[in-house]
Amino acid sequence: MNWWVVRMIKTLKRSFAVAKKDMLIFYLKGPVIIMGLVFPFFLFLAFLIGRHLSGEQLFVGLTAMTAFFTSTAVGPTIIPWECRGRTFERLVASPVSLTAILLGDLQASFYFGLAITFTIALPSLAYLSIHPSFGIFLLSTLLAVLSFSAMTVLMSSYPPTDIPADVMMLSSLVKFSLLFISGIFVPLRSLPPYGRWISLLSPLTYYVDALRHALGGGYLPLPIDFIMLAFFGLAFFFVGSTIHGRVLERRFT
Amino acid sequence: MKTIEASGLTKYYGSLLAVDNVSFSVKRGEVFGFLGPNGAGKTTTVRMLTGILRPSRGEVRVLGYDMLDEHEKILAREMMGIVPEMANPYVDLTAMGNLRLMGELYGMGKREIEKRALDLLKLFGLYERRKSKVRAFSKGMRQRLILAMALIGDPEVLFLDEPTSGLDVISARMIRDIIRDEHRKGRTIFLTTHNMAEANELCQRVAIIRRGKLVAIDTPEKLKTLGKGLSVEVSFEPMVFEGSAIDSALRVEHRGDKIRIYTDDPDATIRELVRYAEEKGLRIVSLKTLSPSLEDIFVELVGGKDD
Ligand SMILES: Nc1ncnc2c1ncn2[C@@H]1O[C@H](COP(=O)(O)OP(=O)(O)OP(=O)(O)O)[C@@H](O)[C@H]1O
Ligand SMILES: [Mg+2]
Repeated sequence: MNWWVVRMIKTLKRSFAVAKKDMLIFYLKGPVIIMGLVFPFFLFLAFLIGRHLSGEQLFVGLTAMTAFFTSTAVGPTIIPWECRGRTFERLVASPVSLTAILLGDLQASFYFGLAITFTIALPSLAYLSIHPSFGIFLLSTLLAVLSFSAMTVLMSSYPPTDIPADVMMLSSLVKFSLLFISGIFVPLRSLPPYGRWISLLSPLTYYVDALRHALGGGYLPLPIDFIMLAFFGLAFFFVGSTIHGRVLERRFT
Repeated sequence: MKTIEASGLTKYYGSLLAVDNVSFSVKRGEVFGFLGPNGAGKTTTVRMLTGILRPSRGEVRVLGYDMLDEHEKILAREMMGIVPEMANPYVDLTAMGNLRLMGELYGMGKREIEKRALDLLKLFGLYERRKSKVRAFSKGMRQRLILAMALIGDPEVLFLDEPTSGLDVISARMIRDIIRDEHRKGRTIFLTTHNMAEANELCQRVAIIRRGKLVAIDTPEKLKTLGKGLSVEVSFEPMVFEGSAIDSALRVEHRGDKIRIYTDDPDATIRELVRYAEEKGLRIVSLKTLSPSLEDIFVELVGGKDD
Protein backbone atom coordinates (compact mmCIF):
# COMPACT_ATOMS: atom_id res chain seq x y z
CA MET A 1 0.00 0.00 0.00
CA ASN A 2 2.78 2.37 0.98
CA TRP A 3 4.71 2.03 -2.28
CA TRP A 4 1.51 2.69 -4.15
CA VAL A 5 0.99 5.99 -2.37
CA VAL A 6 4.59 6.99 -3.03
CA ARG A 7 4.11 6.20 -6.69
CA MET A 8 0.89 8.22 -6.86
CA ILE A 9 2.54 11.24 -5.29
CA LYS A 10 5.45 10.97 -7.71
CA THR A 11 3.05 10.79 -10.66
CA LEU A 12 1.07 13.79 -9.44
CA LYS A 13 4.16 15.89 -8.81
CA ARG A 14 5.54 15.21 -12.25
CA SER A 15 2.18 15.73 -13.89
CA PHE A 16 2.16 19.14 -12.27
CA ALA A 17 5.50 19.90 -13.91
CA VAL A 18 3.87 19.02 -17.24
CA ALA A 19 0.90 21.26 -16.41
CA LYS A 20 3.18 24.18 -15.56
CA LYS A 21 4.89 23.83 -18.90
CA ASP A 22 1.49 23.79 -20.66
CA MET A 23 0.40 26.89 -18.80
CA LEU A 24 3.56 28.78 -19.70
CA ILE A 25 3.41 27.82 -23.35
CA PHE A 26 -0.14 27.22 -24.46
CA TYR A 27 -2.34 29.66 -22.54
CA LEU A 28 -1.08 32.50 -24.65
CA LYS A 29 -1.43 30.87 -28.06
CA GLY A 30 -3.76 32.78 -30.36
CA PRO A 31 -6.20 29.95 -31.09
CA VAL A 32 -6.59 29.22 -27.38
CA ILE A 33 -7.53 32.82 -26.65
CA ILE A 34 -9.93 32.87 -29.58
CA MET A 35 -11.62 29.55 -28.84
CA GLY A 36 -11.61 30.04 -25.10
CA LEU A 37 -12.46 33.69 -24.63
CA VAL A 38 -13.49 35.54 -27.76
CA PHE A 39 -15.77 32.85 -29.09
CA PRO A 40 -17.88 32.26 -25.98
CA PHE A 41 -18.20 36.01 -25.62
CA PHE A 42 -19.83 36.39 -29.01
CA LEU A 43 -21.93 33.30 -28.49
CA PHE A 44 -23.17 34.79 -25.30
CA LEU A 45 -24.08 37.99 -27.10
CA ALA A 46 -26.04 35.98 -29.62
CA PHE A 47 -27.77 34.21 -26.76
CA LEU A 48 -28.56 37.52 -25.09
CA ILE A 49 -29.71 39.77 -27.88
CA GLY A 50 -33.36 40.03 -28.71
CA ARG A 51 -34.58 37.84 -25.86
CA HIS A 52 -36.14 38.69 -22.56
CA LEU A 53 -34.10 36.73 -20.12
CA SER A 54 -34.24 36.82 -16.36
CA GLY A 55 -31.07 37.41 -14.37
CA GLU A 56 -31.04 33.73 -13.43
CA GLN A 57 -31.25 32.57 -17.03
CA LEU A 58 -28.49 34.97 -17.99
CA PHE A 59 -26.28 33.71 -15.22
CA VAL A 60 -26.80 30.06 -16.10
CA GLY A 61 -26.12 30.64 -19.81
CA LEU A 62 -23.06 32.77 -19.23
CA THR A 63 -21.48 30.53 -16.61
CA ALA A 64 -22.16 27.29 -18.45
CA MET A 65 -20.79 28.58 -21.75
CA THR A 66 -17.75 30.09 -20.13
CA ALA A 67 -16.93 26.93 -18.21
CA PHE A 68 -17.49 24.76 -21.25
CA PHE A 69 -15.46 26.78 -23.73
CA THR A 70 -12.60 27.79 -21.47
CA SER A 71 -11.95 24.29 -20.13
CA THR A 72 -11.95 22.83 -23.62
CA ALA A 73 -9.83 25.53 -25.26
CA VAL A 74 -6.28 24.43 -24.42
CA GLY A 75 -6.49 20.67 -24.16
CA PRO A 76 -7.23 19.30 -27.62
CA THR A 77 -4.23 20.89 -29.33
CA ILE A 78 -1.44 20.48 -26.79
CA ILE A 79 -0.18 17.13 -28.06
CA PRO A 80 -0.51 17.94 -31.78
CA TRP A 81 1.41 21.14 -31.08
CA GLU A 82 4.11 19.19 -29.27
CA CYS A 83 4.43 16.75 -32.16
CA ARG A 84 4.64 19.61 -34.60
CA GLY A 85 7.31 21.36 -32.53
CA ARG A 86 9.22 18.08 -32.11
CA THR A 87 9.14 18.25 -28.35
CA PHE A 88 6.83 15.31 -27.75
CA GLU A 89 9.37 12.50 -28.06
CA ARG A 90 11.62 14.28 -25.57
CA LEU A 91 8.69 14.50 -23.16
CA VAL A 92 7.64 10.88 -23.61
CA ALA A 93 11.27 9.80 -23.13
CA SER A 94 11.51 11.50 -19.73
CA PRO A 95 10.80 9.56 -16.53
CA VAL A 96 7.05 10.15 -16.60
CA SER A 97 4.30 7.81 -17.66
CA LEU A 98 1.92 8.70 -20.46
CA THR A 99 -0.81 8.87 -17.83
CA ALA A 100 1.14 11.51 -15.93
CA ILE A 101 1.59 13.54 -19.11
CA LEU A 102 -2.14 13.36 -19.88
CA LEU A 103 -2.94 14.19 -16.28
CA GLY A 104 -0.71 17.25 -16.65
CA ASP A 105 -2.47 18.34 -19.82
CA LEU A 106 -5.80 17.83 -18.07
CA GLN A 107 -4.70 20.07 -15.21
CA ALA A 108 -3.70 22.80 -17.64
CA SER A 109 -7.26 22.80 -19.00
CA PHE A 110 -8.71 22.57 -15.53
CA TYR A 111 -6.89 25.58 -14.05
CA PHE A 112 -7.62 27.68 -17.12
CA GLY A 113 -11.31 26.78 -17.05
CA LEU A 114 -11.65 27.25 -13.33
CA ALA A 115 -9.86 30.59 -13.16
CA ILE A 116 -11.80 32.19 -15.98
CA THR A 117 -15.16 30.74 -15.02
CA PHE A 118 -14.90 32.17 -11.53
CA THR A 119 -13.56 35.46 -12.84
CA ILE A 120 -16.66 35.79 -15.00
CA ALA A 121 -19.27 34.15 -12.77
CA LEU A 122 -18.58 35.84 -9.45
CA PRO A 123 -18.80 39.47 -10.63
CA SER A 124 -21.87 38.68 -12.69
CA LEU A 125 -23.53 37.23 -9.59
CA ALA A 126 -22.96 40.52 -7.84
CA TYR A 127 -24.00 42.54 -10.86
CA LEU A 128 -27.22 40.63 -11.41
CA SER A 129 -27.83 40.44 -7.62
CA ILE A 130 -28.42 36.70 -7.68
CA HIS A 131 -27.90 34.55 -4.63
CA PRO A 132 -27.40 30.90 -5.61
CA SER A 133 -26.79 28.07 -3.21
CA PHE A 134 -23.05 28.43 -3.06
CA GLY A 135 -22.24 24.83 -2.24
CA ILE A 136 -24.08 23.51 -5.28
CA PHE A 137 -22.59 26.16 -7.54
CA LEU A 138 -19.05 25.44 -6.34
CA LEU A 139 -19.20 21.67 -6.40
CA SER A 140 -20.94 21.47 -9.76
CA THR A 141 -18.50 23.95 -11.31
CA LEU A 142 -15.51 21.96 -10.04
CA LEU A 143 -16.93 18.70 -11.33
CA ALA A 144 -18.00 20.22 -14.63
CA VAL A 145 -14.68 21.90 -15.37
CA LEU A 146 -12.92 18.65 -14.49
CA SER A 147 -15.21 16.69 -16.75
CA PHE A 148 -14.83 19.11 -19.69
CA SER A 149 -11.06 19.09 -19.23
CA ALA A 150 -11.07 15.30 -19.33
CA MET A 151 -13.07 15.53 -22.54
CA THR A 152 -10.10 17.28 -24.17
CA VAL A 153 -7.91 14.28 -23.37
CA LEU A 154 -10.30 12.23 -25.47
CA MET A 155 -10.50 14.91 -28.18
CA SER A 156 -6.72 15.04 -28.62
CA SER A 157 -6.36 11.27 -28.80
CA TYR A 158 -7.62 10.60 -32.29
CA PRO A 159 -6.59 11.05 -35.03
CA PRO A 160 -2.92 11.08 -33.95
CA THR A 161 -2.08 14.13 -36.04
CA ASP A 162 0.54 16.82 -35.74
CA ILE A 163 -1.70 19.45 -37.30
CA PRO A 164 -3.34 21.46 -34.51
CA ALA A 165 -5.92 22.95 -36.90
CA ASP A 166 -7.32 19.48 -37.67
CA VAL A 167 -7.96 18.71 -34.03
CA MET A 168 -9.28 22.19 -33.47
CA MET A 169 -11.85 21.73 -36.21
CA LEU A 170 -13.03 18.34 -35.04
CA SER A 171 -13.25 19.40 -31.43
CA SER A 172 -15.16 22.56 -32.33
CA LEU A 173 -17.64 20.47 -34.22
CA VAL A 174 -18.21 18.30 -31.15
CA LYS A 175 -18.36 21.29 -28.83
CA PHE A 176 -21.01 23.10 -30.85
CA SER A 177 -23.12 20.02 -31.23
CA LEU A 178 -23.03 19.54 -27.48
CA LEU A 179 -23.78 23.18 -26.79
CA PHE A 180 -27.06 23.07 -28.65
CA ILE A 181 -28.37 19.90 -27.04
CA SER A 182 -27.57 20.84 -23.47
CA GLY A 183 -30.58 22.84 -22.40
CA ILE A 184 -28.96 26.26 -22.40
CA PHE A 185 -30.94 27.81 -25.19
CA VAL A 186 -34.07 25.80 -24.54
CA PRO A 187 -34.55 24.51 -20.97
CA LEU A 188 -34.89 20.75 -20.58
CA ARG A 189 -38.50 20.86 -19.42
CA SER A 190 -39.53 22.66 -22.62
CA LEU A 191 -37.80 20.15 -24.89
CA PRO A 192 -39.76 17.43 -26.69
CA PRO A 193 -39.13 13.96 -25.17
CA TYR A 194 -36.68 12.84 -27.88
CA GLY A 195 -34.73 16.09 -27.38
CA ARG A 196 -34.55 15.36 -23.68
CA TRP A 197 -33.14 11.89 -24.36
CA ILE A 198 -30.48 13.29 -26.68
CA SER A 199 -29.56 15.96 -24.19
CA LEU A 200 -28.69 13.29 -21.64
CA LEU A 201 -25.71 12.38 -23.81
CA SER A 202 -24.02 15.70 -23.14
CA PRO A 203 -22.09 16.34 -19.93
CA LEU A 204 -22.92 20.01 -20.28
CA THR A 205 -26.60 19.19 -19.71
CA TYR A 206 -25.87 18.09 -16.15
CA TYR A 207 -23.89 21.19 -15.36
CA VAL A 208 -26.62 23.48 -16.68
CA ASP A 209 -29.15 21.54 -14.66
CA ALA A 210 -27.02 21.71 -11.52
CA LEU A 211 -26.64 25.45 -11.95
CA ARG A 212 -30.43 25.75 -12.20
CA HIS A 213 -30.66 23.71 -8.99
CA ALA A 214 -28.33 26.21 -7.35
CA LEU A 215 -30.91 28.84 -8.25
CA GLY A 216 -33.78 26.66 -7.08
CA GLY A 217 -35.14 25.13 -10.30
CA GLY A 218 -33.43 22.07 -11.78
CA TYR A 219 -35.13 19.39 -13.81
CA LEU A 220 -33.13 16.20 -13.14
CA PRO A 221 -32.41 15.02 -9.59
CA LEU A 222 -29.38 16.93 -8.30
CA PRO A 223 -27.37 13.83 -7.23
CA ILE A 224 -27.75 12.53 -10.79
CA ASP A 225 -26.18 15.74 -12.09
CA PHE A 226 -23.17 15.28 -9.84
CA ILE A 227 -22.81 11.59 -10.53
CA MET A 228 -23.08 12.03 -14.27
CA LEU A 229 -20.49 14.82 -14.34
CA ALA A 230 -18.07 12.64 -12.39
CA PHE A 231 -18.87 9.64 -14.55
CA PHE A 232 -18.29 11.54 -17.79
CA GLY A 233 -15.00 12.89 -16.44
CA LEU A 234 -13.69 9.47 -15.51
CA ALA A 235 -14.91 7.86 -18.71
CA PHE A 236 -13.38 10.58 -20.91
CA PHE A 237 -10.03 10.31 -19.19
CA PHE A 238 -10.00 6.54 -19.17
CA VAL A 239 -11.05 6.11 -22.79
CA GLY A 240 -8.87 9.03 -23.89
CA SER A 241 -5.73 7.71 -22.27
CA THR A 242 -6.37 4.21 -23.59
CA ILE A 243 -6.59 5.56 -27.14
CA HIS A 244 -3.52 7.74 -26.58
CA GLY A 245 -1.63 4.63 -25.49
CA ARG A 246 -2.72 2.72 -28.57
CA VAL A 247 -1.77 5.39 -31.11
CA LEU A 248 1.32 6.70 -29.34
CA GLU A 249 3.80 5.00 -31.65
CA ARG A 250 2.19 6.55 -34.70
CA ARG A 251 3.13 9.99 -33.44
CA PHE A 252 6.85 9.35 -33.85
CA THR A 253 7.91 9.69 -37.44
CA MET B 1 25.47 -6.86 -15.06
CA LYS B 2 25.59 -5.25 -18.47
CA THR B 3 24.34 -1.66 -18.65
CA ILE B 4 22.37 -2.20 -21.84
CA GLU B 5 21.19 -5.61 -22.94
CA ALA B 6 19.17 -6.14 -26.08
CA SER B 7 18.15 -9.60 -27.13
CA GLY B 8 16.31 -10.54 -30.26
CA LEU B 9 15.01 -7.00 -30.82
CA THR B 10 12.60 -6.95 -33.72
CA LYS B 11 10.32 -4.20 -34.95
CA TYR B 12 7.72 -4.26 -37.66
CA TYR B 13 5.98 -1.13 -38.95
CA GLY B 14 2.96 -2.80 -40.45
CA SER B 15 4.58 -5.32 -42.74
CA LEU B 16 7.89 -3.46 -42.99
CA LEU B 17 10.61 -5.18 -40.98
CA ALA B 18 12.64 -2.23 -39.67
CA VAL B 19 14.78 -4.04 -37.10
CA ASP B 20 15.46 -7.73 -37.41
CA ASN B 21 16.49 -9.84 -34.44
CA VAL B 22 19.20 -7.54 -33.10
CA SER B 23 21.11 -8.64 -29.99
CA PHE B 24 24.03 -6.96 -28.28
CA SER B 25 25.10 -5.66 -24.93
CA VAL B 26 26.93 -2.58 -23.76
CA LYS B 27 29.27 -2.68 -20.78
CA ARG B 28 29.28 -0.16 -18.01
CA GLY B 29 31.42 2.86 -18.85
CA GLU B 30 31.60 2.09 -22.54
CA VAL B 31 31.01 4.49 -25.42
CA PHE B 32 29.16 2.35 -27.91
CA GLY B 33 28.73 3.59 -31.46
CA PHE B 34 25.77 2.58 -33.58
CA LEU B 35 26.37 3.12 -37.27
CA GLY B 36 24.39 2.45 -40.38
CA PRO B 37 23.15 4.08 -43.56
CA ASN B 38 19.92 6.10 -43.70
CA GLY B 39 16.90 3.97 -42.93
CA ALA B 40 18.95 1.08 -41.51
CA GLY B 41 16.97 1.04 -38.27
CA LYS B 42 19.18 3.00 -35.88
CA THR B 43 16.53 5.36 -34.58
CA THR B 44 14.05 2.52 -34.31
CA THR B 45 16.58 0.58 -32.22
CA VAL B 46 17.32 3.54 -29.92
CA ARG B 47 13.61 4.10 -29.43
CA MET B 48 13.17 0.49 -28.40
CA LEU B 49 16.15 0.65 -26.05
CA THR B 50 14.72 3.74 -24.35
CA GLY B 51 11.21 2.36 -24.12
CA ILE B 52 9.65 4.86 -26.53
CA LEU B 53 8.67 2.11 -28.94
CA ARG B 54 7.58 -1.35 -27.96
CA PRO B 55 9.48 -4.07 -29.80
CA SER B 56 7.42 -6.52 -31.84
CA ARG B 57 9.66 -9.21 -30.34
CA GLY B 58 12.65 -9.32 -28.05
CA GLU B 59 13.76 -7.89 -24.75
CA VAL B 60 15.57 -4.82 -23.51
CA ARG B 61 17.20 -4.28 -20.15
CA VAL B 62 18.83 -1.03 -19.14
CA LEU B 63 20.68 -0.96 -15.80
CA GLY B 64 18.92 -4.22 -15.04
CA TYR B 65 15.43 -2.78 -15.50
CA ASP B 66 13.02 -4.36 -17.92
CA MET B 67 12.15 -1.60 -20.41
CA LEU B 68 8.95 -3.36 -21.39
CA ASP B 69 7.53 -2.97 -17.91
CA GLU B 70 5.80 0.40 -17.52
CA HIS B 71 6.93 0.93 -13.96
CA GLU B 72 10.49 -0.39 -14.23
CA LYS B 73 10.89 1.73 -17.35
CA ILE B 74 10.23 4.92 -15.36
CA LEU B 75 12.79 3.87 -12.73
CA ALA B 76 15.39 3.20 -15.43
CA ARG B 77 14.63 6.49 -17.13
CA GLU B 78 15.48 8.39 -13.96
CA MET B 79 19.05 7.25 -14.56
CA MET B 80 19.00 7.76 -18.31
CA GLY B 81 19.60 10.86 -20.40
CA ILE B 82 18.05 10.82 -23.85
CA VAL B 83 18.63 12.97 -26.91
CA PRO B 84 16.10 11.91 -29.55
CA GLU B 85 16.81 12.44 -33.23
CA MET B 86 15.81 15.94 -34.40
CA ALA B 87 14.30 16.86 -31.05
CA ASN B 88 13.68 20.48 -30.10
CA PRO B 89 13.63 22.28 -26.81
CA TYR B 90 10.44 24.25 -26.09
CA VAL B 91 10.96 27.41 -28.12
CA ASP B 92 8.52 29.42 -25.99
CA LEU B 93 10.49 28.72 -22.83
CA THR B 94 13.87 30.15 -21.91
CA ALA B 95 16.98 27.98 -21.78
CA MET B 96 16.66 27.97 -18.02
CA GLY B 97 12.94 27.18 -18.27
CA ASN B 98 13.66 24.13 -20.39
CA LEU B 99 16.24 22.84 -17.94
CA ARG B 100 13.95 23.50 -15.00
CA LEU B 101 11.15 21.53 -16.65
CA MET B 102 13.47 18.57 -17.27
CA GLY B 103 14.72 18.70 -13.69
CA GLU B 104 11.16 18.58 -12.40
CA LEU B 105 10.32 15.69 -14.69
CA TYR B 106 13.34 13.87 -13.27
CA GLY B 107 11.94 14.47 -9.79
CA MET B 108 14.79 16.69 -8.63
CA GLY B 109 14.48 19.30 -5.90
CA LYS B 110 14.32 23.01 -6.67
CA ARG B 111 17.78 23.89 -5.30
CA GLU B 112 19.41 20.96 -6.99
CA ILE B 113 17.83 21.94 -10.31
CA GLU B 114 18.99 25.56 -10.13
CA LYS B 115 22.54 24.59 -9.31
CA ARG B 116 22.84 21.85 -11.86
CA ALA B 117 21.17 23.95 -14.56
CA LEU B 118 23.55 26.85 -14.09
CA ASP B 119 26.54 24.50 -14.20
CA LEU B 120 25.29 22.97 -17.41
CA LEU B 121 24.52 26.33 -19.01
CA LYS B 122 28.10 27.39 -18.31
CA LEU B 123 29.49 24.11 -19.57
CA PHE B 124 27.58 24.45 -22.83
CA GLY B 125 28.35 28.12 -23.35
CA LEU B 126 24.72 29.17 -22.94
CA TYR B 127 24.97 30.97 -19.62
CA GLU B 128 24.68 34.48 -21.05
CA ARG B 129 21.57 33.45 -22.96
CA ARG B 130 19.87 31.58 -20.14
CA LYS B 131 17.02 34.08 -19.92
CA SER B 132 16.25 34.33 -23.62
CA LYS B 133 13.55 32.30 -25.24
CA VAL B 134 14.87 29.37 -27.22
CA ARG B 135 13.02 30.67 -30.28
CA ALA B 136 15.96 33.01 -30.82
CA PHE B 137 18.56 30.23 -30.56
CA SER B 138 20.56 28.88 -33.49
CA LYS B 139 20.47 25.20 -34.35
CA GLY B 140 23.78 24.60 -32.61
CA MET B 141 22.63 26.34 -29.45
CA ARG B 142 19.40 24.34 -29.43
CA GLN B 143 21.26 21.09 -29.85
CA ARG B 144 23.61 21.99 -27.02
CA LEU B 145 20.62 22.80 -24.86
CA ILE B 146 19.01 19.47 -25.75
CA LEU B 147 22.13 17.68 -24.57
CA ALA B 148 22.22 19.80 -21.42
CA MET B 149 18.59 18.81 -20.79
CA ALA B 150 19.54 15.16 -21.11
CA LEU B 151 22.32 15.66 -18.57
CA ILE B 152 20.22 17.46 -15.95
CA GLY B 153 19.73 14.36 -13.81
CA ASP B 154 23.41 13.36 -14.00
CA PRO B 155 22.43 10.12 -15.75
CA GLU B 156 24.31 6.83 -15.64
CA VAL B 157 23.52 6.09 -19.27
CA LEU B 158 23.20 8.45 -22.21
CA PHE B 159 21.37 7.67 -25.44
CA LEU B 160 22.32 10.12 -28.17
CA ASP B 161 20.72 9.84 -31.60
CA GLU B 162 22.86 11.83 -34.03
CA PRO B 163 23.74 14.54 -31.52
CA THR B 164 26.12 16.38 -33.85
CA SER B 165 24.31 16.13 -37.16
CA GLY B 166 23.99 19.42 -38.98
CA LEU B 167 26.13 21.36 -36.52
CA ASP B 168 29.13 23.56 -37.24
CA VAL B 169 32.60 22.42 -36.23
CA ILE B 170 32.64 24.35 -32.98
CA SER B 171 29.31 23.10 -31.65
CA ALA B 172 30.05 19.56 -32.80
CA ARG B 173 33.41 19.63 -31.10
CA MET B 174 31.91 20.98 -27.90
CA ILE B 175 29.42 18.12 -27.88
CA ARG B 176 32.18 15.58 -28.53
CA ASP B 177 34.26 17.02 -25.70
CA ILE B 178 31.33 16.66 -23.36
CA ILE B 179 30.77 13.07 -24.47
CA ARG B 180 34.43 12.39 -23.63
CA ASP B 181 34.02 14.05 -20.24
CA GLU B 182 30.98 11.94 -19.47
CA HIS B 183 32.95 8.87 -20.50
CA ARG B 184 35.74 9.87 -18.14
CA LYS B 185 33.21 10.12 -15.34
CA GLY B 186 32.33 6.49 -16.00
CA ARG B 187 29.04 7.04 -17.79
CA THR B 188 27.83 4.62 -20.41
CA ILE B 189 27.04 6.20 -23.76
CA PHE B 190 25.06 4.81 -26.67
CA LEU B 191 25.83 7.00 -29.66
CA THR B 192 24.22 6.96 -33.07
CA THR B 193 26.11 8.82 -35.74
CA HIS B 194 26.83 9.12 -39.43
CA ASN B 195 30.20 10.63 -38.76
CA MET B 196 32.81 7.89 -39.00
CA ALA B 197 35.63 10.06 -37.71
CA GLU B 198 33.50 10.81 -34.68
CA ALA B 199 32.76 7.15 -34.04
CA ASN B 200 36.40 6.26 -34.51
CA GLU B 201 37.50 8.95 -32.12
CA LEU B 202 34.92 8.43 -29.36
CA CYS B 203 33.81 4.83 -29.30
CA GLN B 204 35.33 1.80 -27.62
CA ARG B 205 33.11 -0.42 -29.71
CA VAL B 206 30.87 0.09 -32.68
CA ALA B 207 28.07 -1.88 -34.20
CA ILE B 208 27.08 -1.54 -37.82
CA ILE B 209 23.47 -2.13 -38.77
CA ARG B 210 22.20 -2.61 -42.25
CA ARG B 211 18.61 -3.18 -43.33
CA GLY B 212 17.68 -3.87 -39.75
CA LYS B 213 20.37 -6.51 -39.21
CA LEU B 214 23.63 -6.21 -37.30
CA VAL B 215 26.46 -6.85 -39.74
CA ALA B 216 29.44 -6.17 -37.48
CA ILE B 217 30.18 -5.39 -33.88
CA ASP B 218 33.71 -4.83 -32.57
CA THR B 219 36.31 -2.24 -31.62
CA PRO B 220 37.09 0.28 -34.37
CA GLU B 221 40.66 -1.01 -34.69
CA LYS B 222 39.63 -4.62 -35.07
CA LEU B 223 36.98 -3.67 -37.58
CA LYS B 224 39.62 -1.91 -39.62
CA THR B 225 41.58 -5.13 -39.97
CA LEU B 226 38.56 -6.54 -41.81
CA GLY B 227 39.28 -4.09 -44.58
CA LYS B 228 40.88 -5.08 -47.81
CA GLY B 229 44.53 -4.27 -47.45
CA LEU B 230 46.61 -1.23 -46.87
CA SER B 231 47.33 1.66 -49.12
CA VAL B 232 50.04 4.17 -49.89
CA GLU B 233 49.29 7.77 -50.69
CA VAL B 234 51.74 9.82 -52.68
CA SER B 235 51.96 13.27 -54.21
CA PHE B 236 54.57 14.25 -56.81
CA GLU B 237 55.63 17.52 -58.33
CA PRO B 238 54.93 17.79 -61.16
CA MET B 239 52.03 15.39 -60.87
CA VAL B 240 52.60 12.79 -63.58
CA PHE B 241 51.79 9.16 -63.03
CA GLU B 242 50.83 6.08 -65.02
CA GLY B 243 49.06 3.42 -63.04
CA SER B 244 50.91 0.59 -64.75
CA ALA B 245 54.25 1.77 -63.42
CA ILE B 246 53.83 0.09 -60.05
CA ASP B 247 53.83 -3.71 -60.16
CA SER B 248 52.75 -4.21 -56.54
CA ALA B 249 49.63 -2.03 -56.93
CA LEU B 250 46.27 -3.78 -56.62
CA ARG B 251 44.26 -0.71 -57.50
CA VAL B 252 45.07 2.95 -58.12
CA GLU B 253 42.82 5.91 -57.33
CA HIS B 254 43.41 9.55 -58.18
CA ARG B 255 42.35 11.79 -55.31
CA GLY B 256 42.86 15.51 -55.84
CA ASP B 257 46.56 16.18 -56.00
CA LYS B 258 47.31 12.73 -54.59
CA ILE B 259 47.29 9.15 -55.72
CA ARG B 260 46.18 6.32 -53.54
CA ILE B 261 47.62 2.91 -54.30
CA TYR B 262 46.06 -0.14 -52.68
CA THR B 263 48.59 -2.85 -51.97
CA ASP B 264 49.32 -6.01 -50.01
CA ASP B 265 52.96 -5.05 -49.61
CA PRO B 266 53.47 -1.38 -48.72
CA ASP B 267 57.22 -1.89 -48.46
CA ALA B 268 57.53 -2.97 -52.10
CA THR B 269 55.14 -0.25 -53.27
CA ILE B 270 57.10 2.50 -51.55
CA ARG B 271 60.38 1.27 -53.06
CA GLU B 272 58.80 1.24 -56.51
CA LEU B 273 57.39 4.73 -56.05
CA VAL B 274 60.73 6.15 -55.00
CA ARG B 275 62.43 4.50 -57.98
CA TYR B 276 59.71 5.87 -60.27
CA ALA B 277 60.20 9.41 -58.96
CA GLU B 278 63.96 9.18 -59.46
CA GLU B 279 63.61 7.87 -63.03
CA LYS B 280 61.16 10.60 -64.03
CA GLY B 281 62.90 13.35 -62.08
CA LEU B 282 59.84 14.05 -59.87
CA ARG B 283 59.93 15.61 -56.44
CA ILE B 284 58.06 13.66 -53.71
CA VAL B 285 55.82 16.18 -51.93
CA SER B 286 54.33 13.63 -49.54
CA LEU B 287 54.29 9.90 -49.03
CA LYS B 288 52.44 7.92 -46.41
CA THR B 289 51.04 4.49 -45.72
CA LEU B 290 47.39 4.28 -44.68
CA SER B 291 45.45 1.59 -42.97
CA PRO B 292 41.77 1.46 -43.93
CA SER B 293 39.61 4.00 -42.14
CA LEU B 294 36.42 3.09 -40.35
CA GLU B 295 34.67 4.72 -43.26
CA ASP B 296 36.32 2.33 -45.70
CA ILE B 297 35.09 -0.59 -43.63
CA PHE B 298 31.67 0.92 -43.38
CA VAL B 299 31.40 1.39 -47.12
CA GLU B 300 32.65 -2.14 -47.66
CA LEU B 301 30.12 -3.62 -45.22
CA VAL B 302 27.07 -1.67 -46.29
CA GLY B 303 27.88 -1.54 -49.96
CA GLY B 304 27.90 2.25 -50.19
CA LYS B 305 24.17 2.49 -50.67
CA ASP B 306 21.22 3.67 -48.58
CA ASP B 307 18.72 1.06 -47.51
N1 LIG C 1 6.97 5.60 -37.72
C1 LIG C 1 7.30 4.83 -38.76
N2 LIG C 1 6.35 4.26 -39.51
C2 LIG C 1 6.67 3.46 -40.57
N3 LIG C 1 7.93 3.19 -40.96
C3 LIG C 1 8.94 3.73 -40.26
C4 LIG C 1 8.67 4.58 -39.13
N4 LIG C 1 9.86 4.97 -38.63
C5 LIG C 1 10.80 4.40 -39.40
N5 LIG C 1 10.26 3.66 -40.38
C6 LIG C 1 11.02 2.85 -41.38
O1 LIG C 1 11.86 1.97 -40.68
C7 LIG C 1 13.14 1.91 -41.28
C8 LIG C 1 14.20 2.27 -40.26
O2 LIG C 1 14.07 3.64 -39.92
P1 LIG C 1 14.98 4.36 -38.86
O3 LIG C 1 14.41 5.72 -38.65
O4 LIG C 1 15.11 3.49 -37.67
O5 LIG C 1 16.37 4.45 -39.63
P2 LIG C 1 17.71 5.20 -39.22
O6 LIG C 1 18.77 4.18 -39.26
O7 LIG C 1 17.54 5.93 -37.95
O8 LIG C 1 17.89 6.21 -40.42
P3 LIG C 1 18.53 7.69 -40.44
O9 LIG C 1 19.99 7.50 -40.54
O10 LIG C 1 17.97 8.29 -41.68
O11 LIG C 1 18.11 8.40 -39.20
C9 LIG C 1 13.08 2.82 -42.48
O12 LIG C 1 12.83 2.04 -43.61
C10 LIG C 1 11.92 3.73 -42.21
O13 LIG C 1 11.30 4.12 -43.40
MG1 LIG D 1 17.74 7.90 -37.39
